[in-house]
Parts: sequence; C-alpha cells; structure tokens
Amino acid sequence: MDLLNLAIKSIFIDNMVFAYFLGMCSYLAVSKKVDTALGLGLAVTFVLTITVPLNWLVYNYILKEGALTWLGEQYAGVSLDFLTYILFIAVVASTVQLVEMIIEKFSPSLYGSLGIFLPLIAVNCSILGAAFFMVPREYSIVEAGVYGFSSGIGWLIAIIALAAIREKMKYSNVPAPLRGLGITFIITGLMGLAFMSFMGIAL
Amino acid sequence: MSTETVAAKKSEALFSKRRKAIVTDPLDDDNPVTVQVLGICSALAVTSKLEPTLVMSIAVTFVIIFSNLIVSLLRNAIPQRIRIIVQLGIVASLVIIVDQVLKAYLYDVSKVVGVYVGLIITNCIVMGRLEAFAMANKPYDSILDGLGSSFGYAWVILVVAFFRELFGSGTLFDIRVLPEAYVNNGLMTSPVGAFIIIGLIIWVQRARNGYVEEA
Repeated sequence: MDLLNLAIKSIFIDNMVFAYFLGMCSYLAVSKKVDTALGLGLAVTFVLTITVPLNWLVYNYILKEGALTWLGEQYAGVSLDFLTYILFIAVVASTVQLVEMIIEKFSPSLYGSLGIFLPLIAVNCSILGAAFFMVPREYSIVEAGVYGFSSGIGWLIAIIALAAIREKMKYSNVPAPLRGLGITFIITGLMGLAFMSFMGIAL
Repeated sequence: MSTETVAAKKSEALFSKRRKAIVTDPLDDDNPVTVQVLGICSALAVTSKLEPTLVMSIAVTFVIIFSNLIVSLLRNAIPQRIRIIVQLGIVASLVIIVDQVLKAYLYDVSKVVGVYVGLIITNCIVMGRLEAFAMANKPYDSILDGLGSSFGYAWVILVVAFFRELFGSGTLFDIRVLPEAYVNNGLMTSPVGAFIIIGLIIWVQRARNGYVEEA
C-alpha cells in the first residue's frame, strides 16, 4: 500500500514537470507530435526505472558515510559524499550507452522507435534529478525502483498531454510572437494548475 | 546541433566587432532561454525569490565560462566518440566546486537551491555551448561566448524572479516593497506562476525583435 501511495504521489502530485521543472528541455523540444512524445516518454521511463535503483546502490554502498564498511572496519568513517554528482552522472551516462547497445543488439524494432531518443536522455535533467531526490528521502531499494518508474510515468503523461494539445493547436490562430515556445509555456502552466487539483490524494 | 565556426583573423583587436557580437547576441536576438529553449530545467525552480536566483545565475556563469575554457583548451585532445562523457566529467567537477563553496559560505541559500545546483550538470545551456562553440573555437572566444550566454540566461531568470517575488511575497530581496495590505498571490510562488511569466516574457521579447517560430 505504501508503494502504491508513493507511485500515485510521484505520478500526480510531485510530477517531474509540473512540480519540479525537470526534463523541461526535451519536454518542450520533442512535444510536437504524439508519436515521438510517446517514444521519448517510454525511453525516459525505462531509463529512470533502471538508473534510480542503480544510483541507490552506488550511494548506499560507496558514497554514504560509513558505506564502505563492507571493505573493512577501517573504512567506517569514510564519506565520499562530495563525489555524488560526478558518480551519478557517470552512472546515468554509461547506463544510457549500455541500454542503447543492448536494445540495438536484441530488439532492432524497439531500437528503431526508441533508439534516436536514447542519447538525448543522458542530459535529461529528470533522470539525474530523480537520483538526487532519492538521496535525502531515504528510500529503500524497492521504493527507489517504484519511485523511478512512477516518476517516468508522470513525465510520460505530461509530455503526451502536451503533444496532443500542440497537435490540436495547429488549427488555432495564435498571435505570431506567442507562437511556438511562448504559448507552450502558458499551456504548461495551465496544465500544472490542473495537476494541482490532485494535491492531497492518498489511498 | 550545427557547429558555429567563426573565422578568426590573425591579429585581431581584443574587443573587435566580431567579439562584441559573440557577447551581445545571446542577450537578445539569440537568447539561450527565450529563443534557443535551453537551460529551462534547472532555472525556473529557483526563481521564487531573487536571492537564490542571483546565486544560481552566478553559479551557472562560473560553470559555463570555465567549462567553455577548459573544453576549448582540450578541444584537439578530446576523442570525438567519447566527447559527451568527457564534457560531462569536466562540467560535473566544476559543479562540485560550486556546490562545496556554497555549502561552506552560503549555507542558507544552498539549502534553498538544493539539488538544482547539481542539476547544472545537465543544464542544456552548458552542454549546448560546449558542443556548438567551445569544441570548435579558440579559448578567448569561448570565454566571451560563455559570458554572453550566461548573461542572456541570467537576465531572463532574474526578471522571472523579480515578478514572482514581488507578486508572490510582496518583497524584493526579502525587503518589504508592497504595502502590508497586499494579499500575496499564492499562484506566483507555485510553479504555475513561473511557467506563465516566462511565457509572457517570451511573448514580449519576440514581439519586440520580430522573431516568429514556425507553427
């Protein structure tokens, strides 16, 4: 039940886009068509589900104060906390590279639809952001997995909704300077307003 | 992303016309936030108050300038295939420096800015400038380019923060500006306010310089 609550909270209330502004660059750039938005959203969800637990392992067995105790008693006081940023981004970048190669080898059709988005994901802030948020919240590894997956789903919902609205927007007469980026921001704001109504929902 | 190579003459003045353009273009016509749509990720979250926004702009300026400089110095030594990882490594190391300095000297602000300092690593402006400019240009030009881009970024987020703090809390830099009778607009302090204000800034700016995006 706790896990379900966590999932609902990270999909709707703590939505990556509307509450934390994460992954905005690709959110704005790749939301012109529903098809491509779906592809990118799935790729983000996939990578988040893998990297958040992976970074959890890295943090809890290498970086945290006392995390190196498994090497020997003399390391109990060592804290490599300050290396968090560089190690997390290394994990994310190499996972993305690895996932890309594995998909290419075993599922060419999936690679055809997801492949072009994977390099984009290494610098998608939602991936790194989720890893940073996981640390102070002190999740267990299962919770970290659920958190990663449901944050991805939240991002997926947000980008598909925006892409659908933007496809419809082609038929509206938007003032010329507001066209494109400007109106997209205002729409995102209004969508965020709608998402605020989920606040306080819990099972 | 295409690579912009600027043909440099041999003996060029320290502040020639071309170099001035490198600094001033990103301020308006080629603004990283409102025209190129970069770096929005970590930017908007800190703009609910002016003080953290200022700290964030300084941090980003530092990171962009130095990563541009370092990458530009190493540009002939970085193998093409692994350049992204190399660039990320350089940027991440600079961000760690910023983070440690903030924690040591501005602890309160670093609490507010929190994870968003770490997210400078994936700030698309930094990566974008490295890829598009520093990999192909000389160190001094790269520094100027970093300066221009980061100021272009800074003024946009400072304007956003100005309106959000003024209408959201009635203060500027935590000093009361609006009369006590003013009822704070909660929408401005929430993310929604940031999205709408930046949308309006883009509208005003594009109406002024006549840039129109293909629908």
